[in-house]
Amino acid sequence: MPRGHHDIGGTTRDAGPINRAEHQLEDWEIVADAVNQALGARGIKRTDELRRAREQMDSELYRSLSYYERWIASMESILIEKKILTHEEIDRKVAEIEKKWGEP
Amino acid sequence: MSESSGRFKPGDRVRVRAEDRPGHIRTPFYIRGKTGWVERAHGEFRNPESLAFGGDGLPKRPLYLVGFHQREVWEKYAATKDKLFIDIYEHWLDPA
Amino acid sequence: MSVDPSAKQTDEEHGHPHPRHELSYHAKRIYAIRELLLEKNVITREDIQTQIDYQEARSPANGAKLVARAWTDPKFKARLIADPKAACAEMGIDATSLNEFVVLENTEKVRHMVVCTLCSCYPRPILGRPPDWYKSFNYRARAVNDPRGVMREFGLEPGPDVEVRVHDSTADIRYLVLPLRPAGTETLSEQDLAKLVTRDSMIGVVDALPAVPGSKKTS
Repeated sequence: MPRGHHDIGGTTRDAGPINRAEHQLEDWEIVADAVNQALGARGIKRTDELRRAREQMDSELYRSLSYYERWIASMESILIEKKILTHEEIDRKVAEIEKKWGEP
Repeated sequence: MSESSGRFKPGDRVRVRAEDRPGHIRTPFYIRGKTGWVERAHGEFRNPESLAFGGDGLPKRPLYLVGFHQREVWEKYAATKDKLFIDIYEHWLDPA
Repeated sequence: MSVDPSAKQTDEEHGHPHPRHELSYHAKRIYAIRELLLEKNVITREDIQTQIDYQEARSPANGAKLVARAWTDPKFKARLIADPKAACAEMGIDATSLNEFVVLENTEKVRHMVVCTLCSCYPRPILGRPPDWYKSFNYRARAVNDPRGVMREFGLEPGPDVEVRVHDSTADIRYLVLPLRPAGTETLSEQDLAKLVTRDSMIGVVDALPAVPGSKKTS
């Protein structure tokens, strides 16, 4: 078993300087945070399930996504696993929303 | 904070299991196989290894704050009194 | 600032609009997930708003209040260390959703620093959401084996006689550092002291701010 891509304490790959720049959370990040907490408050998912989903995702994807993108990816996979949503249904809803937003 | 009913008490020497297996594990890779001491017993908590897969996390597991000398964790760590503390569940610890 | 009129429709909940078509694949998906969860009554709009309000009410100012009180009242400090949740309740800070939390007291001889190498565990019910750098791969990787290097980057250089203690929060416990009271602050009010307590000083990568020379004393 190689060590997990999330388990990075003491690794040399990330031994570079710390970027201390901060960004103001965007709307979608606040929504991701709130939906995640709301699902937890309703007992629909557990934090450990989402962590496990992030640990199971593709390593390159884990490295390339931003923090809340990883949250969203893990929420989606747990909601699908629990048969609350399907991937196709989310795809359809995204298309619908894009249309509403006037996506080119 | 509730008293732990676990097998270890503060001051006990412990060694972190060097296990490696699939699943959701909250014992970081870098500390497996290292020896330290129980600094504090935190009480009992649901087992994240079960919670992560939809289980109920029961039976609860004693959780300890385990201390390590940095020089014993990292070969190249400079000569200081610096220490590292990690929360580790009892089933990841053996007496040392 | 975006003037995208379509953004307003979905941003009514907290009103800072962004251009929608620039959103990433995953960012778009959270709006879809939210809509579907609402349609299916898995969660409600109120649930979401409650969580947004909850997080917006959390900030390092909460922690600063605790620290400033602990600096001025030794009995409170003892209670904060012995039973952090009860001490929070005393100060009107709701920390009940935290499983447990532990206060780590810095001294002249000991500096504590907190990290979560596996994810981003942080005392959110007290301090709010963690800063970006706390969640970064570099901090998570280096905090455990190069804490002094990390502190140096943030501007703190504990001497060789000081013991640096790193806490990797891996389980249900959340950690808050109680920084040292800066020298020369004997006459400052609790309110002015709280202004010296930064978020980063409660994570432990820096000390509290020094007293501002010439700042108004309350004596």
